[in-house]
Amino acid sequence: MNSQVTAEDQLARFEERVARGEKVEPGDWMPDEYRKSLIRMIGQHAHSEIVGQLPEGKWIPYAPGFRRKLTLIAKVQDEAGHGQLLYRAAETLGKSREEMLEELLAGKAKYANVFNYPTPSWADVGVIGWLVDMAAVVNQTMLQQTSFGPYARAMKRICYEESFHIKQGYDLVATLAKGTPEQKAMVQGAIDRWWYPTLMMSGPPDNLSAHTLQSLKWRIKTKTNEQVRQEYVDLIVPQIRALGLTIPDRDLKYDEKSEHWSYTQPDWEELKRVVNGDGPMNKERLAVRRKAHEDGRWVREALAAKRKEVAA
Amino acid sequence: MSDTQFDTYEVFHQKKKGDPHIHVGAVHAPDPQTALQYARDQFARRLACVSLWVVNSRDITATDYQDERFFSMVLDKSYRDPKDFDAPLKETNV
Ligand SMILES: [Fe+2]
Ligand SMILES: [Fe+2]
Repeated sequence: MNSQVTAEDQLARFEERVARGEKVEPGDWMPDEYRKSLIRMIGQHAHSEIVGQLPEGKWIPYAPGFRRKLTLIAKVQDEAGHGQLLYRAAETLGKSREEMLEELLAGKAKYANVFNYPTPSWADVGVIGWLVDMAAVVNQTMLQQTSFGPYARAMKRICYEESFHIKQGYDLVATLAKGTPEQKAMVQGAIDRWWYPTLMMSGPPDNLSAHTLQSLKWRIKTKTNEQVRQEYVDLIVPQIRALGLTIPDRDLKYDEKSEHWSYTQPDWEELKRVVNGDGPMNKERLAVRRKAHEDGRWVREALAAKRKEVAA
Repeated sequence: MSDTQFDTYEVFHQKKKGDPHIHVGAVHAPDPQTALQYARDQFARRLACVSLWVVNSRDITATDYQDERFFSMVLDKSYRDPKDFDAPLKETNV
């Protein structure tokens, strides 16, 4: 590299490359702010996959029937795999997996707020697979276009598996929706509870701050939160209705002119409260994660001992 | 506490015999054998796979994207290209 290249030149070249749709790779020059944003974003995404195992995982012992149980185990295992893929993608930017894991266990890291809500019924498993994973896929499909190469590649692999998650969730919901009145009431109750939390997943409406504009310009993300949410709503509303289920929003209606569903915004104050720790399940989620980490300690110690043996 | 930060191993995945091994990602593991097991769980639990390779990430030597000169074609290299020759032979597989 020519040492006369100025910082402005480098930034201009970086922005040109990104605007052309080129991917940025770990060893490339990148603005500090780009690196920091991506470490934060991919780290939070990884934590979300890890914590996301818990609300559904608790139902594994009670799944009705062997096939549902196997399916649920496979789905939860996929989420663990997604977490690992994403920790690795974040690591290529210079923060170790260990540091990220410690931040999560210390309660210092953010993860998807939606997992701070409880799963009191079996129908929640279906509604999470269908609605939560659908909202996640809309976001992750957008992220396949992100300018950071390792993140985009992880998203491709993950989205493929998510389609299994959505389908098994839909199948579970559809089965209950066609079942007894009790089953139908159970699944309707789950839709009612999860509707607004899933709307919150794409984040509050962008204020189009300099920061948002910059991440759009650098193609860290390629759509605004509002666009992602609208896409999710447009996809899911007709599908929920087709099963004879209702959505807890009286003002929900299809707007012929814009060809989009207009909907009531979720309570953004609630999001703030829950993100900051005051949700129904925040404490339990972390407690379960910490216990799992402790329970796995002997395995890690055994592996470390083996490593020494190999090295000796 | 540093019991979660193992070495990373790059994973190469072969879908069926005769195909090339393709890089699919990396796993954290204390040794190559364990890396193979993690690689199977992470990259071969669903789609077809007949063989995996793992290589400690440290052992990979790579070119630098910024060093564009490394691949630059200063000279006309068309003499290396089969398309550049007018030979009335049955198409070989190019
Ligand atoms: Fe996932
Ligand atoms: Fe998923």
